[in-house]
Amino acid sequence: MNEKTDKLIDKKGIRLDGRKADELRPVKLQVGILSHADGSAYIEHGKNKILAAAFGPREMHPKHLAQPDRMVLRCRYHMAPFSVPERKSPAPSRREIELSKVIKESLEPALFLELYPRTGVDVFVEVLQADGGTRCAAITAAALAIADSGVPMRDLVVACAAGKVDDTVVVDLFDAEDKLGAADVPVAYMPSLNAVTLLQMDGILKPVEFEKAVNMAMEGCKKIYEMQKEALKTKYMVVKEVEE
Amino acid sequence: MEKETGDFMPTFFEKKQLVTPGELLAEGDYLPGENSYIENGKIYASRIGLVDSDNKKVNVVALRAFYVPKMGDIIIGTVVEVGFNGWTVNIEAPYTALLRASDVLSRPFKPQNDELSAVLNAGDLIVAKIASYDRAHDPQLTVGEPGLGKITRGQILKVIPTKIPRIIGRKGSMISMIKQETNCQIILGLNGVILVTGKTAEEEEIAIGAIRKIEEESHTSGLTDRITQLLKETKPVKVEETQQ
Repeated sequence: MNEKTDKLIDKKGIRLDGRKADELRPVKLQVGILSHADGSAYIEHGKNKILAAAFGPREMHPKHLAQPDRMVLRCRYHMAPFSVPERKSPAPSRREIELSKVIKESLEPALFLELYPRTGVDVFVEVLQADGGTRCAAITAAALAIADSGVPMRDLVVACAAGKVDDTVVVDLFDAEDKLGAADVPVAYMPSLNAVTLLQMDGILKPVEFEKAVNMAMEGCKKIYEMQKEALKTKYMVVKEVEE
Repeated sequence: MEKETGDFMPTFFEKKQLVTPGELLAEGDYLPGENSYIENGKIYASRIGLVDSDNKKVNVVALRAFYVPKMGDIIIGTVVEVGFNGWTVNIEAPYTALLRASDVLSRPFKPQNDELSAVLNAGDLIVAKIASYDRAHDPQLTVGEPGLGKITRGQILKVIPTKIPRIIGRKGSMISMIKQETNCQIILGLNGVILVTGKTAEEEEIAIGAIRKIEEESHTSGLTDRITQLLKETKPVKVEETQQ
């Protein structure tokens, strides 16, 4: 995208990648694709390609990290060196450490941590290709991986962002909009329980715009939630169909 | 999908419907059973599985789960470590189990007289019973009953623990059929580890094949017939081979 382009949205309200303001990027979800992980999921959210693997509950290693009264959830968000145009150092960056924490905290409310004290659940998120909104896509995939591993959950966690681009509030920002736009509001959400587990904002929004952005992101979440459920069920439907 | 059964189900699911974590199952005068939980008077699923209800209890038969120790369960475990006065055993659960030396030796145990690794060594497989377990302490095992102890021959396979009841079948119909058709001894560990001991490796393979098929297709109907067919089909083939 040309840096000098000052219009991210044309007169007809069409965005740089041809979407309308309230349109999501195409999402493809797949569950159970890694055989060595207890649970796994793969998401393609626009040009984002992300793998998530979940393990556990199992004994915590190192042991001193175990909590006597609850299960510990650990997350690692990692971007592959080839996930961005310029090579990214494979060592965890400040941003990755922060996102690991953010993903962990947005998934924790969905788990029954008190049921399996002294154990740990590990979630590994590997970004193969990034194009804006990876934290949201990562949360969506990580929740699916945990559900696939058989760890009981209150609800699937699904995430989607909204933001402001050229004075318009739009949903699901991609890389260029994220970098050149005015604001970005990622929201993680448990649709059945109507509970928000992550709400961040980067940029400046008027209160009215903020409210609109949150609502749009939640609408986006609900759409992805349906795909999430579908993806999880598909894994078990396949066997059923073969039989019929 | 399902025919009208007599029971009254003012709920949000059909019998044997596939549900995902967070799916609303029932509202009002109901109780959460297996793999479901209640929040604000509403019952939700906490694992992917098939819903069912008996009376006022809403159950989800999980398609993915892990083994949680229960007192009195017969399990199959692997010795992972020989300690000073006992063994550490991997029982395919979130916690590792302990087997005390005094339990195995059935006489007063003196560390200076007895070499524990001569009795059971790391890597040995044992059939054991959970003697005690609560969430604050690791489970303790016992082998002081007939049929329990070190495994010396046979083949081991692992299945998802929730499939064990399906492998047993109604009043043990499925497992006794497999035992009869293949002349194999089968011990089902409730932790999802199964020991198959037959006179020949071929017989063991047939039994394992049948169990694998049950595991894969446990949530489909008419399984017993297909397993009977599978066992009947594989048997004649084997006879022909031996004749040639």
